[in-house]
Amino acid sequence: MRNPPFENVIWDQNETIDREELRSLQLFKLKKLVERVYNTVPFYREAFNKNKVSPEQIKSLEDIRRLPFTTKEDLRQNYPLGLLAVPKSEIVRIHGSSGTTGKPTLVAYTKNDIETWANLCARFLVAGGLRKEHFVQISFGYGLFTGGFGLHYGVEKVGACIIPAASGNTARQILLIQDLKPDVLICTPSYALNIADFAMNSGIDPKELSLKYGHFGGEMWTEDMRNQIQEKLGIMAFNNYGLSEVIGPGVSGECYMQDGMHIQEDHFIVECLNPDTLEPVSEGELGELVFTSLSKEALPVIRYRTRDLAMLDYKPCPCGRTTVKMSRVKGRSDDMLIIRGVNIFPSQIEEAILQVKGISPHYLIEVSRPSALDEMTVKVEVEPWALSDKAREMQELKDKVTKKIFDITGIHVNVELLPPNSIERSTGKACRVVDHRKLG
Amino acid sequence: MKINQISMFLENKPGRISEPCKVLAKNNINILTLSLADTQQFGILRLIIKEWEKAKKVLEEAGFVVNVTEVVATEVEDKPGGLAKILEIIEQEGINIEYMYAFTFRSGDKAVIVFRFDEPDKAIKALLDKGVNVLNGVQLYEKSNQ
Repeated sequence: MRNPPFENVIWDQNETIDREELRSLQLFKLKKLVERVYNTVPFYREAFNKNKVSPEQIKSLEDIRRLPFTTKEDLRQNYPLGLLAVPKSEIVRIHGSSGTTGKPTLVAYTKNDIETWANLCARFLVAGGLRKEHFVQISFGYGLFTGGFGLHYGVEKVGACIIPAASGNTARQILLIQDLKPDVLICTPSYALNIADFAMNSGIDPKELSLKYGHFGGEMWTEDMRNQIQEKLGIMAFNNYGLSEVIGPGVSGECYMQDGMHIQEDHFIVECLNPDTLEPVSEGELGELVFTSLSKEALPVIRYRTRDLAMLDYKPCPCGRTTVKMSRVKGRSDDMLIIRGVNIFPSQIEEAILQVKGISPHYLIEVSRPSALDEMTVKVEVEPWALSDKAREMQELKDKVTKKIFDITGIHVNVELLPPNSIERSTGKACRVVDHRKLG
Repeated sequence: MKINQISMFLENKPGRISEPCKVLAKNNINILTLSLADTQQFGILRLIIKEWEKAKKVLEEAGFVVNVTEVVATEVEDKPGGLAKILEIIEQEGINIEYMYAFTFRSGDKAVIVFRFDEPDKAIKALLDKGVNVLNGVQLYEKSNQ
């Protein structure tokens, strides 16, 4: 067995709770939650009624399967805060997902929610080596995105010193690391690689920097990427997971074993389901994670479909934590792409393309990660009538597509114009996306 | 007085330009001259071909989308200042040149400039007024056989 590379400190005794006791705690919280949302949130009352289920029928943890699912679409349709379960005066914070189609998906927190959230982040940070005496550089965006603030409160909870560098300005990030000598880096994994590459290109050996640990999340990444980050920066890199709809970062995180993320089950019930049948998969099988947030006051979610595909591992962990571990996210059960932290659906690209006259509705999206950052290329076909012998006109057509996609998704993508009929027509379900990033 | 030019939009990738040329070769069609506009990502191949209608047909049969546009061909003296003189006329009339390319015949002291104007009729009139030799299709292809 692997020896802990640092003292294995458990932040919260609930992390090692006896599993029988955990189940009673979960059931107690679930019953209370179901009753509360039924009485305070019209959306849930309606959904329960439609599923012919009432709060009294939830008598065991297995009964959770009688409850209806909640989806991102539900949150969107109840924009801005239709699913609020407390009076508005009780909320102290709004956050949102990085969704870009017009309106973001908003969530809310009470004072207690912020406290719970901070504690959850503190748990995985400590499990991954954070100590009170450390300096921590947070290079996550602060704002509606939950990454910056969530981790900020977690680090503060532990009592370490925060350098809230936020994202961007990589030269300054490196300057701060050189001068303040932080022990811990918090950002997206691709930005960590970006910092390493930028340092190398500036003649600085990133291994020589003060960093010892990194806590990375906010996007899908791979073991290959972990190895690269660990090697280039000379640190231990830990994975953490969360989504704003459930609470934000802190839903799960890794211990020193770096072998799956402990789900904080005293606050969340996790299910791993076949996305087509919505039946549970066998242990260790890939399925869609569905979370019920047991402790959230302001905007709890019942059986929220994350669309994230992962595996659950109930085997006891050498670190002593008794909670179930989830694998990395291996993919999505919908076609959402996460490009540089922004959620994009192929349907948005389609919407943009259809608005440009002279472009056919056939397209192909290619996603790659040539260096540290994601690149997205949209290949589109020019309609025969729109072809011109003038290069300028073709360039203008291309620029129009680029701009339209930017207007709808908020990101700049590469657009390639192709001659008519050069994109393969499929007879069945069109395959519109080629992901070269090899995640999973 | 205008010449029919055929053009094709091509991906900027190895091998793309040879495909239409192979189709023409197989059908025994000769290219009088050509120009290629290239950007980082796409190219536009423009061809002057005597049998342009046949060329269009065989290229379309091979799956290409072919555009036909009218261009203006003028004869200039193949010596310093020959082109400058023509450009001055165009400039004075305020006519925009979308693109142009030049070639010479195997014999003779004249070169041919192919222009794509935004106002071809106005350009032809101005050129003829100043005594520039604007070639029609018959003249152009006759010269190429000399």
